[in-house]
Amino acid sequence: MTYLAKPKLRHPALSANARGFTRRDYEGRISTLCAGCGHDSISAAIIQACWELDIEPHRVAKLSGIGCSSKTPDYFLGNSHGFNTVHGRMPSVLTGANLANRDLLYLGVSGDGDSASIGLGQFAHLMRRGVNMVYILENNGVYGLTKGQFSATADKGSASKKGVANTDSPIDTVSLALLMGATFVARSFSGDKGQLVPIIKAAIGHVGAAFIDVVSPCVAFNNHAGSTKSYDYIRAHNEAVNQLDFIQGREEITADYAEGTTIDVTQHDGTLIRLHKASTDYDPTNKVAAMNYIQSHQALGEVVTGLLYVDNQSSDLHRNLNTVDIPLNALSEQALCPGTAILEKINASLR
Amino acid sequence: MKPITAINDFVIKFANVNGSGSASANELFAKSILRMGVPVSPRNIFPSNIQGLPTWYEVRVCEAGWLGRRGGVDLLVAMNPQTWDNDLKELEPGGYLFYDNSKPIPATKLRDDITILGMPLTELCNAAYDDPRQRQLFKNIIYVGALSILLNVEETAIEQLIAEQYKGKEKLLAPNLNALRMGREYASEHLPHPLGIQVQRADNVGKKIFVEGNSAAALGCVYGGATVCAWYPITPSSSLAEAFQRYCEKYRVDPETKQNRCAIVQAEDEIAAVGVVVGAGWNGARAFTATSGPGVSLMTEFLGLAYFAEIPITIINVQRGGPSTGMPTRTQQADLLACAYASHGDTKHIMLFPEDPHECFEHGAAALDLADRLQTPVFVMTDLDIGMNQRLCTPFTWDPTRTYDRGKVMTREMLDAGKDFGRYLDVDGDGIPFRTYPGTHPSKGGYFTRGTTKNARATYSEAGPDYLYNMQRLLQKFESAKKLVPQPILHKAAQPARCGIIFYGSTSPAMAEAIGELEQVGLHVDTLRIRAFPFSDVVADFIAEHEEVFVVEQNRDGQLRTLLINELSVDPARVLPILHYDGTPITARFIVGEIAEMMRAMRLDALKPGKVA
Repeated sequence: MTYLAKPKLRHPALSANARGFTRRDYEGRISTLCAGCGHDSISAAIIQACWELDIEPHRVAKLSGIGCSSKTPDYFLGNSHGFNTVHGRMPSVLTGANLANRDLLYLGVSGDGDSASIGLGQFAHLMRRGVNMVYILENNGVYGLTKGQFSATADKGSASKKGVANTDSPIDTVSLALLMGATFVARSFSGDKGQLVPIIKAAIGHVGAAFIDVVSPCVAFNNHAGSTKSYDYIRAHNEAVNQLDFIQGREEITADYAEGTTIDVTQHDGTLIRLHKASTDYDPTNKVAAMNYIQSHQALGEVVTGLLYVDNQSSDLHRNLNTVDIPLNALSEQALCPGTAILEKINASLR
Repeated sequence: MKPITAINDFVIKFANVNGSGSASANELFAKSILRMGVPVSPRNIFPSNIQGLPTWYEVRVCEAGWLGRRGGVDLLVAMNPQTWDNDLKELEPGGYLFYDNSKPIPATKLRDDITILGMPLTELCNAAYDDPRQRQLFKNIIYVGALSILLNVEETAIEQLIAEQYKGKEKLLAPNLNALRMGREYASEHLPHPLGIQVQRADNVGKKIFVEGNSAAALGCVYGGATVCAWYPITPSSSLAEAFQRYCEKYRVDPETKQNRCAIVQAEDEIAAVGVVVGAGWNGARAFTATSGPGVSLMTEFLGLAYFAEIPITIINVQRGGPSTGMPTRTQQADLLACAYASHGDTKHIMLFPEDPHECFEHGAAALDLADRLQTPVFVMTDLDIGMNQRLCTPFTWDPTRTYDRGKVMTREMLDAGKDFGRYLDVDGDGIPFRTYPGTHPSKGGYFTRGTTKNARATYSEAGPDYLYNMQRLLQKFESAKKLVPQPILHKAAQPARCGIIFYGSTSPAMAEAIGELEQVGLHVDTLRIRAFPFSDVVADFIAEHEEVFVVEQNRDGQLRTLLINELSVDPARVLPILHYDGTPITARFIVGEIAEMMRAMRLDALKPGKVA
């Protein structure tokens, strides 16, 4: 990390988005993570995605658990409210926050220790419930903040920095999220901003549980030979099934692609995801095929990235619970308290 | 042995098999006596099981209005051969046994000091009904009919209740009335009646309502404006969340859109349940969970977070017997210490102690206000005895001018007006800072909170002075809470008293009765019913004003007494524990017995006539 404060001065050439915000308005405090940490690249991608989508920073709520990844919400969207909760339990807090005010954008940031070990249960149930959010798992296969223990996503046979081989089977969070009912599932790599930013944008546009597993190398404890979460390993084994554009409204589609290599997916809220297929046999709207593809390529040692699954008829917890359109935290006494006349009736029924 | 004679003052115990449909018939019986203006207090004694195990329903009929468990049984309705021997032992000499004599019972299984009333219930049912389920269900109604003859319960009172119950389901009405009449006819013709124990119309019920504490607390949460409820099923609190759901279906649906003005989530465990509540509380919704001891154990990490990050949440703890799985279907007040200091590090939490369903309603709503005002977890410490049993109590009231106290919330207008915002800044000297709801203002009032230490402006800090500032402020906040929580209720004896009694929660009805009995034997004691933690200054004064103070509670270790010693630095020798913790509700008999004995041991009864203890 650096201890130098960022200059407050803004370069006049910094461009503003439709709401008049520059990228700087989406930044947070200076990161305290190690130089070169993949997590900082993810924070930068979140900043870029929110800026490009003209999101008002204060309309975002950031929630996280415990660990290096969970510290990052302090490093982006400094005007947003944030809550760094307890280890592995961010999903429940995010669920409650979302129920209280359906109008905000909920961003859950977690790590592999947080989501796949201590918090595996809450992770699974969050996906089952279809909470409307973007859940970013910054996956480095290692416990960074406690200095280098294996996490539950570390591959079997991969080596720790001290050379010890992991003997436990890994948890594949992408497959798990699919199985548990997440309606938007993607994997990306912190070193591939070109792929990651549009995925985050598409996830923000998605109504329902959107999950992005981002392989994010830990430069301090898991970037050595023998690691399967290092920059080198991921670059060598990245099997990107697609690149995508996220299109809102009537934005002009400029890029030109050969016929048969793109798929358009219109999401429930009208936003459009245009996928440029790298792998011609991949259909991200077919859940069973997606699971099959991920599993079979994983068996070959490949890390499948891209938008892996999207359900364009997705729903969310508020729709399932049929809650009112007004945020629950804005309802007044008149809407909530049945009043004295009804209480008298209730009393009478109890005699 | 002379049969017991008593008008409007006796105990009936029904011994049943669970899953047999007896509960609603027994409730019908209890309510019919209420309709005759005679107070009753029923208690379900049930196993952690769904079908086939013994269950009991004990009804105390008491014109004087004592609602505590009395102890002893005057009439046993023995419908369960499994528990016959033990049930019979409980029957007072001169008592009455009512049983199904379709199969002969050997004389050795009976007692000769009781009145035996056999009725061939199974035979009657088998003759009247073909369907096995009907045989079982109507058997219950038939014995209610027979009992009404034996005890002089008015037929119209029962018929009216049945009519109310099956309003709109007329197909079920006639068969139930027929079964009732079948029971009445048989008893009139074949059994001696009425018995020495009888019900006589009185006027001691008035406007009182008859309701379970769990329903009442749920209704309190509806009235108090809770919009998010997250819970995990656990006896004896499940019926609270279910009641909340039922009330919300009636009173929280937007009449036009038919959408719900609340969100109820059955979580995957208690950790998630309280996590949802913490998230909702942070985001400005009134949120609560209902649980019991094992659930609180699981919630403790979140309770520490909510304490330290200052998140308003309400936890209704319907206490059961502990430790561990303990006695899941029995009552205790044994979670006080676990809740008062829940979580690691220095923590203290607010607790409210409702005495009955009326206060469950009041405290349910009050907890939501207090949580918002104090920005901290608030426990409502009810228990199985009041939670899962219908109890006669004062009707619910709601002041139509009452508004919700949302506490110190800084709005967009206040921020625009230039008001300084520091999330953990004590601006008023009461230890309570301002908060903003997420999404309030584009450039002001945002903050990033955490369970880690921070300074007054919510910036991460492990600096000693920043830590001390917040920890001292939290203590100041706890001090401020003393005046905001429900205050203790003092009852002075008719004459100046040397001894005092402190009690709380569901001990109330037994205590009220015990005080009367103690007075009759010349033992005068003042009482103080504690309604909340932290303790009001009145509590320390009360202890100071008495030589000895008995602390009556339903746990083994004297947990409230420990809190009194710990928080008020009182001399342990002056606070004497009176403890009842076998899982049954405490009785006046027990309290009187213990206190009279201890006071005698202090030689307080050796005073000359005219002097009082």
